[in-house]
Amino acid sequence: MDDVSRRELFRIVGQSMVLTAAGVGVLEPALAQHVHVALADAKSLSGGPNFVPKAFTKHQFATLRHLAELIVPGATESGAAEYIDFLSSRNTDLAAIFNGGFIWLDLYMTKKYGADFLTAKPAQQTEMLDKLAYRANRSVDVAGGVQFWTWTRNMVVDAYYTSPAGVKDVGFMGNGAMSEFSVPKEAVEYVMKRSPFANEG
Amino acid sequence: MFQVQRSPEIHDVVVIGSGAGGGTTVKVLTEKGVKVTLIEAGPMLNPNKDFKEHMWPWEVDHRGVGPNAENYFGKDIYPFGYFLAPNGYWNIPGEPFTVAEGSEFKWFRSRITGGRTNHYGRISLRFADYDFKPYSFDGLGTDWPITYDEMAPWYDKAEDFIGITGTREGIRSAPDGKFLPPIPPRVHEQLVMRAGKKLNIPVIPSRMAMLTKSIHGRAACHYCGQCGRGCRTASAFTSSQAMIFPAMKTGNLSIINNAMARELLVDDNGRVKAVSYIDKTTKTEKQIRCRAVVVAASACESARLLLNSKSTKFPNGIANGSGQVGRNLTDTVGYSLGGNVPALEGMMRHNSDGIGGMHVYVPWWELDKKNKDFPRGYHIEISGGYGMPQIGSFRGVAAKAEGYGSRLKDAIRQSYGAQVSFAGRGEMIPNEHSFCEIDPTVVDQWGIPVLKFSFRWSEYEVKMVQHMHRTFTDLIQAMGGTPNAKPFPQNASAVSVGGEIIHEAGTVKMGSDPKTSVLNKYSQAHEVRNLTVVDAAPFNGNPDKNVTLTIVANAWRSAEHLADEMKKGEV
Repeated sequence: MDDVSRRELFRIVGQSMVLTAAGVGVLEPALAQHVHVALADAKSLSGGPNFVPKAFTKHQFATLRHLAELIVPGATESGAAEYIDFLSSRNTDLAAIFNGGFIWLDLYMTKKYGADFLTAKPAQQTEMLDKLAYRANRSVDVAGGVQFWTWTRNMVVDAYYTSPAGVKDVGFMGNGAMSEFSVPKEAVEYVMKRSPFANEG
Repeated sequence: MFQVQRSPEIHDVVVIGSGAGGGTTVKVLTEKGVKVTLIEAGPMLNPNKDFKEHMWPWEVDHRGVGPNAENYFGKDIYPFGYFLAPNGYWNIPGEPFTVAEGSEFKWFRSRITGGRTNHYGRISLRFADYDFKPYSFDGLGTDWPITYDEMAPWYDKAEDFIGITGTREGIRSAPDGKFLPPIPPRVHEQLVMRAGKKLNIPVIPSRMAMLTKSIHGRAACHYCGQCGRGCRTASAFTSSQAMIFPAMKTGNLSIINNAMARELLVDDNGRVKAVSYIDKTTKTEKQIRCRAVVVAASACESARLLLNSKSTKFPNGIANGSGQVGRNLTDTVGYSLGGNVPALEGMMRHNSDGIGGMHVYVPWWELDKKNKDFPRGYHIEISGGYGMPQIGSFRGVAAKAEGYGSRLKDAIRQSYGAQVSFAGRGEMIPNEHSFCEIDPTVVDQWGIPVLKFSFRWSEYEVKMVQHMHRTFTDLIQAMGGTPNAKPFPQNASAVSVGGEIIHEAGTVKMGSDPKTSVLNKYSQAHEVRNLTVVDAAPFNGNPDKNVTLTIVANAWRSAEHLADEMKKGEV
């Protein structure tokens, strides 16, 4: 939310609720919905093709963008690679995990498939990820990549779900303003029917 | 040359600390025309600038993990997340405390106008009749010098002013108050109510300091659920917005920010004549003379100030003839367990923000049960619903689901909103191993000797969290859910760390006997008539009811008494 829309929110809340003569807050549902939509309607968080990474080489950054998209489809547009690059430029421990990880990954891929991660075939890339992503598949030779994998997955998940696309994907509908709180009857009925209390009426 | 600046003017009342106790004192006294000077160790609060209400995580490059990825590495500069209202810390650079060998203790301190009320949970429960007479009730702890009936009118005043949701239930362990309308339970909370009914556990509307109706010129809640971030419309109670800002308009309040109280100075008669503090901006000591001082720096900080105020008359710290200052330290017993509840999966999405925190809760329900293996009891807090996704929100699901791609996304979508968690908040019985004292070897960056904590849970608290574990497991299973893997609590290491629940109390306790207590029934020091302490330090016990409402009620009562005595010329 930029400053204008936040100011707008407080203008709406302030006018509709603080200044009501009767002392009772009233906020038009239409306005409340407008607030939520306005706030969630943010642009792509990706830096685009001309983005210059701060902590990584161009090749590493391209690898990261591709990895992010494989881990969570849509994560590239959500700025996951930029997020990891930004924090790695400000935290040397994080930079070490990723720099070391990129080198490890490309060495492993080159040795096994004769190509680095980015230029390997899609099937080779997913074969690699399958080895890292499932505990049962982790053979001794990939042990050196597990920390890198875990950090990448966690941070890509974090970046995606803290973006407008991720918020929309899980269906979060809050962060608005409303004059009263209510719970949809259909939701209650759906849950009760599926619960152990289904037959209690 | 280091020069102490002494003001020649004599202030009526100096209040130290601007949280619940200090704010209440300021409000009551300034409304009566008393001139008050408030000393606060941190800066002034500016809600429009400082509160991160309604911000989305993507509005900052670091999405809330901290500009240097701090929260990924356990550096707790944002202890409850970047978006929490300012400003409180487990560790304050330059202001250390020490912990005795064999003990564990965490100490959360806020340094800003309004203190911890800017972001507290706002659960507002009256102490019950037996909470004021714990020794008479079961032979443990000590009785307060006041009764519930004496405190009740002050709870009324506090509730009328703060604005607290709730319903009248007639439950002894959870006395009814003066309530604003309750808020409808969310879907998962309705499920918990059904489970409670089945298990004979009462689940009742929560009692929270948020306005379901506009009162005293404060706007009604707009139900964004972000009270912890601070509320710009002041619809969630804070001492800063509801008490101190209005008091500033009376013309009776002066505030000195960035002022760390160092020592209370006494005259030849043993009465406080001045407050010495360090001006953090100039790093110099200043003194202000006063007729009376009200200490509300938080339970442990207040004990520290008293212990550091040594004089010929009070060689062990001011008003500490009983030796009780710093003793009887308690915190709330904390334990939590969550679980996945499949009935909630796939539910139609909706806005479940509501007020920040639970809409229903469980008051202690086994008061009359015989043969329990621990004394007193606990209440249960409930969480769940569709929270705003944050850094770390889906880490557990991702680790459990493994994999990547659309499969991972599906797992996250399915789990979202299907978690229900229970947190027990129970009463600790004061014990001789839990206290704070001055560490003679360490001073902070203001040259003030620091506190050293000793803390130990007893078997009572271990038995209590075992009861919590069984109860939470039963509740989750009754909903058809699966509790998250957590070993059955075997010993004290399964209980929250002392201080972690941020309900410290008892370190400057009140009582009728000056030999065994520090303060009288009005929270005035037995030995120093013009010294009052009004945070949770005066408490004789720490019931399973969060401390803030009782801090406000007790401070209100104490302030009116002080104003009366000042009028009569007794102080």
